[in-house]
Amino acid sequence: MNPVDYLVEPLGYEFMVRALITTVAAAGVCAVLSCWLVLIGWSLMGDAVSHAVLPGVVLAYIAGLPFAVGAVVFGFAAVGAIGLVRETSRVKEDAAIGIVFTTFFAAGLVLVSVTPSQTDLNHIVFGNLLGVDRGELIQVLALAGFTLLALMLLRRDFTLYAFDPTHAHAIGLNPRLLGSALLGLLALTAVVALQAVGVVLVVAMLIIPGATAYLLTDRFQRMLLIAPAVSIGAAVTGLYLSYHLDTASGAMIVVVQGVVFVLAYLFAPKHGVIGRRLAANRNRAVDPNGADSPQGLRAPR
Amino acid sequence: MSELAIEVDDVTVRYGEVLALDGVCLTLAPGRVCGLVGMNGSGKSTLFKTIVGLVKPTTGTVRLYGDSPRAARRAGLLGYVPQSEDVDWTFPLTVRDVVLTGRHGRMGFPRRPRRADREAVARALERVQLTDLADRQIGALSGGQRKRAFVARALAQEATLLLLDEPFAGVDKRSESAITELLRELAAEGAAILVSTHDLHALPGLADEAALLMRKVLARGEPEEVLRPENLAAAFGLDVLNREVSS
Repeated sequence: MNPVDYLVEPLGYEFMVRALITTVAAAGVCAVLSCWLVLIGWSLMGDAVSHAVLPGVVLAYIAGLPFAVGAVVFGFAAVGAIGLVRETSRVKEDAAIGIVFTTFFAAGLVLVSVTPSQTDLNHIVFGNLLGVDRGELIQVLALAGFTLLALMLLRRDFTLYAFDPTHAHAIGLNPRLLGSALLGLLALTAVVALQAVGVVLVVAMLIIPGATAYLLTDRFQRMLLIAPAVSIGAAVTGLYLSYHLDTASGAMIVVVQGVVFVLAYLFAPKHGVIGRRLAANRNRAVDPNGADSPQGLRAPR
Repeated sequence: MSELAIEVDDVTVRYGEVLALDGVCLTLAPGRVCGLVGMNGSGKSTLFKTIVGLVKPTTGTVRLYGDSPRAARRAGLLGYVPQSEDVDWTFPLTVRDVVLTGRHGRMGFPRRPRRADREAVARALERVQLTDLADRQIGALSGGQRKRAFVARALAQEATLLLLDEPFAGVDKRSESAITELLRELAAEGAAILVSTHDLHALPGLADEAALLMRKVLARGEPEEVLRPENLAAAFGLDVLNREVSS
């Protein structure tokens, strides 16, 4: 098969076009959000919220409401429950997160198992990229658009919140409110992404692109461009591969994203395991002072 | 406006069973530098957090410039220089980006920097002599440069009340004297500056006054007075005294 056919042939099918649009939207918005999540250290929180929205989505389906409503309610409920367990018992935060999100997720699975439905609700769990219908596509695009717009308008506040919440507080902002806004957007993003890769794998799209971009640049503004570019590229590649290799589409997307991360981990110019050595050798030849920056090291006391 | 920048009046803070601050009174006037001395666990951080408003006093009140801390925060009067340990030095921001966050509260939604903001940042960087390093990632600075970057943020903010948490930890002697000199200049221009420090030697050169904290204020006054051996013995315990003073 020649390369052009390889790319064009799948687009002859309407379901593939819809899958492609959904993928790009989900990969893009997840990647932008992931930049803040990896810097704040909220990867586990992303995992938790993306799983915990499941019962909300199923209940919204039963009640005939938009999935986003149920997702946001249960996303916040999960975060609240995690905070409550952490602060009012001796259980540590990681355990609290693990307990709350698996319980929410399991409750969602129970609801799925007892809910009669035309569309198979198991698709929410594992994603159903190839079965996205017109209505779902519109919902995904609307949510992705809204979330992306909110993230862009508040990006400087979120970055300040991520970097130095104490300073944010000291200049009269409300860090708690900013954190809640970010969590709300996280829940909305989970709804967008679960169409593409399913609840189980949403967290990959919420962490890998940001982590990859973090290895590739020292500028946050550039992270916000690199992460979606990498994520969308990987997602489209994964979708094409799944079509031609006849594999699960959502899982294939995540595998490709993981591979891209490994490449960045190894070869990123400044922060890659191998790239760092190459750069150090180059710098030593040119600039004796530039090679050993105290990156990440604490100054001696 | 009251003539005092900080009025901490009989503040007690309890975290559950733990008594972190016990009836602390502390005032600071504009143009003065106060050194806050005490060992780990003496409540220095809690006192800072109470002044910033991150911790609510169990009893007692904090007033800044005669008004609520909230009003001072909103007016951008409060500049905070964090401890090194509290900063993520791998965060992908440049020195200039960090200093620009000092202007954040003055930039209207959606926080797009204007010319005045960029100029304030440039002036602040110039003043702490970091102009040449402005485009470096913050982690690629030395200990002293890192501190100066955060002082520059407070300058760009045009804060008049500066809180510095351990500004001399991990800082070489040259940077220490540069920071000391800068803080003296800022005080001369009318800033009120509260510095928590372990560095007892530097204190008389830096501070107009000192407070010795051990959950309550044990001594208050001129630095030489406050740092007298019997006071230190009470705050640090005799063992620690010799090490701390001779180091």
